[in-house]
Amino acid sequence: MEHYISLLLKAIFIENMALAFFLGMCTFLAISKKIEAATGLGIAVVVVLTLTVPVNNLIYNNILREGALSWAGLPDVDLSFLGLITYIGVIAAIVQIMEMILDKYIPALYSALGVFLPLITVNCAIMGAALFMVERDYTFGESVVYGFGAGVGWALAIVALAGIREKLKYSDVPDGLRGLGITFITVGLMSLGFMSFSGISL
Amino acid sequence: MSEMTAKQVLFEPIFSNNPIGLQILGICSALAVTTSMNVTIVMCLSVIAVTAFSNLAVSLVRTQIPGSIRIIVQMTIIASLVIVVDQILKAYAYEISKQLSVFVGLIITNCIVMGRAEGFAMKNGPWLSFLDGVGNGMGYSIMLLFVAFFRELLGAGSLFGVTLLTPVNEGGWYITNGLLLLPPSAFFIIGLAIWGLRAWMPEQVEEEDFKMSRHTHKEAF
Repeated sequence: MEHYISLLLKAIFIENMALAFFLGMCTFLAISKKIEAATGLGIAVVVVLTLTVPVNNLIYNNILREGALSWAGLPDVDLSFLGLITYIGVIAAIVQIMEMILDKYIPALYSALGVFLPLITVNCAIMGAALFMVERDYTFGESVVYGFGAGVGWALAIVALAGIREKLKYSDVPDGLRGLGITFITVGLMSLGFMSFSGISL
Repeated sequence: MSEMTAKQVLFEPIFSNNPIGLQILGICSALAVTTSMNVTIVMCLSVIAVTAFSNLAVSLVRTQIPGSIRIIVQMTIIASLVIVVDQILKAYAYEISKQLSVFVGLIITNCIVMGRAEGFAMKNGPWLSFLDGVGNGMGYSIMLLFVAFFRELLGAGSLFGVTLLTPVNEGGWYITNGLLLLPPSAFFIIGLAIWGLRAWMPEQVEEEDFKMSRHTHKEAF
């Protein structure tokens, strides 16, 4: 249990997807002008990550991994080169299915998430989490915790940035720095803040 | 768009329509690999290759793809190209591919590749699309190399792994600035680079949300 909690905290704070690994930056910068939009996107990312990382974990460990197909009588087959295309396919499929389920059963949430769901397919944070899961060889239980933690960390970062940007638009920024430039510097400062967590060892 | 010459298509994205500086595309997988020039160059070449060839391939099949499934077709083309790049790197540059870790795979979700395939290659011929891919890849690379140059030179005192400023702990005089090897510095450098680019080309400056009105009361002073 302790192991899972420390993995969760590590995924949220120390290895924050957005601020330590720069993942999901495009959406991070584009959808962080309003807090409501940022919250909606954040929730969608948490849900999608919690689903896709474990599913990709199962596929990797049972089908793609070297020697994983021995149950089918093919002990020498190594399909790990198919990893990239499989993960992106799985992510796209899960997002699509989630969209259909939400549309049918929870229309309120569906309309709240709106355009963000399809956008998530090309969000590098989702793909990045799947690749990190493979690289670090997480077990199934760990991958559930990691997926959830990575999503929460990303959501936290984007909501915080949206809060700052809502205030920032009243300030007098030098011409060339206005908009994208000052946002980058803000994110840099946030990332500096989050680095203070890196000293924590659990 | 049709009257654009090949030269324009190739060079426009480098400064005047830079994918990172203006279009906010493809920052995702990029910044983490800019701690040293060697790694960055390999990453840039991979991105240029993938963008150029995916544009070429998408453009070649653009009249055959039904509109409703075009995204998935583009995704498959891009993913296949990235797998090829990944396998080549693993075979011939294993050390660097270890350092790039997951970021080669993340070229798939790099918005530049997808954005150019959807925005340019679906409407233009193969040759122009190929050039557009190379151009946008280069615009991305220039930004990345710029960031990597400062991070490696000031952070580790070297370029391409060759020591230029001998650091103090190796008996030299240069006190390395460790912050530049950490993630926040990449954000600062890009922010400043965008500032520089927009000071040079003022038409890229964004509109203000609120204009400051002049002081109307004496008490304000």
